[in-house]
Amino acid sequence: MATSAPSPHTLSAPLKASQLKSDKHPDWCVGCGDFGITNAVQQALASMQLPPWEVYFFTGVGCSGKTSHYVQAYGAHTLHGRSLAFASGAKLANPHLTVLVAGGDGDGYGIGAGHFVHAGRRNLDMTYIVFDNEVYGLTKGQAAPTLPMGDQPKSLAAPHITQPINPFALALTCGYTFIARSYAYDAKHLKATIQKAIEHKGMALIDVLQPCPTYNDLRTKEFFAEEVSFEGTKVPRVYYMEDEGYNGVVSNPHDADEVNAKRKEAFDKIYSQEERTGLGVYYQVELPTYHELLKQNMPVLRDCAPIDLQYYDADMNPTTDLTSGWSALIV
Amino acid sequence: MTAMAPDALKAAIGAQTEVNWMIGGPQGTGVDSSATLFLRTAAAAGYYVFGKREYHSNIKGKHSYFNVRASHQYIRSSVDPIDMLATFDKETATTHGHEILKNGALIYDPKVVKLEDIEGLDPSVKTYVLDYDGMIKDMAEETGSNPMKLTIMKNTLAVAASMALYGVPLEAMERAFIGLFPGKKAKLVELNMLGAKKAYAAMQQYADVNDFEYRLAPMVNAPKENSRLLMNGATASGLGKLKAGCRLVTYYSITPAVDECIYLEGRPEYGMVVMQCEDELSAMNMVNGAATTGMRAATATSGPGFCLMAEGIGWAGMNEVPAVIFNYQRGGPSTGLPTRSEQADLMFAVNIGHGEFPRVVIAPGDMQECFEDSFDCFNIAERYQTPVMVLPDKVLANNTQTIDFFNEVGLKIDRGNLFTPTTDKPFENVDAAIATHTRFEVTENGQSRRSLPGQPGGIHWLTGDEHTTIGHITEDPAIRMAQHEKRYRKMEYLLKELPQDRQFKLYGPADADITVVAWGATKGPVLDAMPLLEAQGIKVNMLHVRLFSPFPTDGVEKILKASKKLVSIEMNMTSQLARLIRMELGILIPHKVVKYTGRPISQTEVISSLTDIQKNGTERIVLTYGH
Repeated sequence: MATSAPSPHTLSAPLKASQLKSDKHPDWCVGCGDFGITNAVQQALASMQLPPWEVYFFTGVGCSGKTSHYVQAYGAHTLHGRSLAFASGAKLANPHLTVLVAGGDGDGYGIGAGHFVHAGRRNLDMTYIVFDNEVYGLTKGQAAPTLPMGDQPKSLAAPHITQPINPFALALTCGYTFIARSYAYDAKHLKATIQKAIEHKGMALIDVLQPCPTYNDLRTKEFFAEEVSFEGTKVPRVYYMEDEGYNGVVSNPHDADEVNAKRKEAFDKIYSQEERTGLGVYYQVELPTYHELLKQNMPVLRDCAPIDLQYYDADMNPTTDLTSGWSALIV
Repeated sequence: MTAMAPDALKAAIGAQTEVNWMIGGPQGTGVDSSATLFLRTAAAAGYYVFGKREYHSNIKGKHSYFNVRASHQYIRSSVDPIDMLATFDKETATTHGHEILKNGALIYDPKVVKLEDIEGLDPSVKTYVLDYDGMIKDMAEETGSNPMKLTIMKNTLAVAASMALYGVPLEAMERAFIGLFPGKKAKLVELNMLGAKKAYAAMQQYADVNDFEYRLAPMVNAPKENSRLLMNGATASGLGKLKAGCRLVTYYSITPAVDECIYLEGRPEYGMVVMQCEDELSAMNMVNGAATTGMRAATATSGPGFCLMAEGIGWAGMNEVPAVIFNYQRGGPSTGLPTRSEQADLMFAVNIGHGEFPRVVIAPGDMQECFEDSFDCFNIAERYQTPVMVLPDKVLANNTQTIDFFNEVGLKIDRGNLFTPTTDKPFENVDAAIATHTRFEVTENGQSRRSLPGQPGGIHWLTGDEHTTIGHITEDPAIRMAQHEKRYRKMEYLLKELPQDRQFKLYGPADADITVVAWGATKGPVLDAMPLLEAQGIKVNMLHVRLFSPFPTDGVEKILKASKKLVSIEMNMTSQLARLIRMELGILIPHKVVKYTGRPISQTEVISSLTDIQKNGTERIVLTYGH
């Protein structure tokens, strides 16, 4: 969530999700999971009644990169792999903004893996939604870092011989304070998860399972709708972990034993050998954000965001007094 | 101030008016501290100083040295031969002994240096023994301290012995210590003065101490105490950023850019966030993200990091983002000479990124210009809504000199064309508040109103793709042409609007025999050489270029065409500015002076090369002085 915004403007009437659709129409393939995710973003923002001019939506490059263009909010379709860096700069400067970031699995866990790691360490208050379809769709279906070893979607010439990344295991070790999974065609769950992530104070990751109807013929809509064997019975392939009593939320972040226990439970879920996949929050903990820690180091930022620091007057004269800087240099 | 040739000044005053001192030793043993003490002592005695720092890419152990020139006149460069060498170790003596002028001095400890090991040491050089260990032992006994803890006093002893020979009074050293140890550290003044007095007295025991050839005449018309600054370019750039209102600097640790970042991190009172990033891709794109929110933001880097920033700079060009990039040039290519000087990133900066987009490239030539450019670059970036690259170099970043106070009067902030929602549109309904803004409206001067996230009525999109006026992706040929042309039009206006002396400046007489074409830090040695060359009968002026993209073709062409003999002087192998001038104007600069050893060009080298060119018409001179 954004810190309290200084904007004198507030919504004068309730905002409908339809008003958060821009005039630009998506050019994704029919049946693409991107539609579901875009829709859920708009639904979540409307549900929270966030003023769209205080939302800054960053996307990477690829099919998912276009998502920002379809949402009626400030949007930046950035460079391949760099969306988290752009977003971090914007959030650092102006913590009043609600900063959303979205991109594909190749964008986030491949070319952008370095930023993925360090965004977790910094714990800026942002939400990162990864469109996880295991392929690079826009360039005709090459393997993304999440494609399992040995798989051969129709676009690959041979079975895949590289180990996949486990984004949740990586996120947990990097310090993400909210880690959740949802599914592109489960509109209700996805919307609720996005809302939870935005409301979470800190760096949130949502990995969204998503079919690519054109290039990934292994993880299709039908695949996700299948039933699989579990403890001798048939169960849905995707299920809500919450329904089975799983609770990944740390209630007391200062209790090291509880934190360790929750992390261990999350790792067990992440590396579960089950055929089915759990949706929901794997792990969540409330820790000081980057801005909160920055205030400790820089008292001048205690009651003032960096963007609000005044540095010139009404006549455009610079007002920064350099006396303390000069004094150490005078001879 | 009108500079005089030192010989003329010396004749007028009847003693040396300028000295050139060197201290060296293994890195991490206090060479920098000694030099700082020397610089402060000489400044306290009223002299003008210039300090040149040379070091290896190494933390401890390798040879480093610091050269300090002190003068009765304002100076901005180094000279080559030294008149005094202070040493702690053998390597400094053997490496630099041959550089000592006739009748100069060597201060050494016979326990570690054998004079016969110093090749090329002129027999006229006077040698002075300094028993560091003995003096430290005495100090320890007198103060009841552990001698191990007083090892650092070697610096004080070396500088005090040097000052004794130069004839600079001990009182100046005391004032330097008071400046170095303010407040709670004040008790260190007494301890250091105890050491200084011992070393000073040791030199007085030499019968000929007062006859030292390079004894420095007391400063005539000394500037008032506390009327000048002693600083380097990294600090000047940092202060310029603070004054400009920049409140985010991102970086990935790299020499020599990191010095500016460390300086800024140490000044949290200004509210500047200094973000150490995971890499330069992040550093660049955090600046892009922050700059789109209206924050004045910059990144600081050096060659290898600058290479990684290319894609992000292109995005800033495409999205008209006022991003500022400081590239502190060092020796390249690749890791190159990490701690050494070079001006070899000019062609890269003016061509950085794929495709075509307007970019501003400027380079400061001295401390004052570091401050000016660091202040101005944000105004330029916001007015013309495009990335601005500033190219200082290691010479500016790490060299120290006395300068006048920077002029802060008359500075203005220019935010460019900003969208102001309160006056532009009323927000009586949600539809108006969430309406789309034409961020990339096609205008005559190419500047469009920039709305910032948080502003109602300002929603627009940014994308690396070609885009419509509201920022949506398009591949329409007509829109592509309109946007591409609009972006470039901003540069025509920049050339018309930016004051000419910020684009280029001609120094010296209009009717010179030689016109030097230079940029960046070579400004100092050329300006310092001009009066000496004139005393030799060679009239020299200098075209110092500060703006490289867009290139100020008209003004530069006029000066070049009015010149008798053109000489380019650059710290690179391929004369990059000369090549840029030929590319932009078709004018060939026939004489080229280059240096690519990674060591800065000195005043001495400028004089010798221009004398050679004037006498012999030499076309290419490769400079090599310096270890």
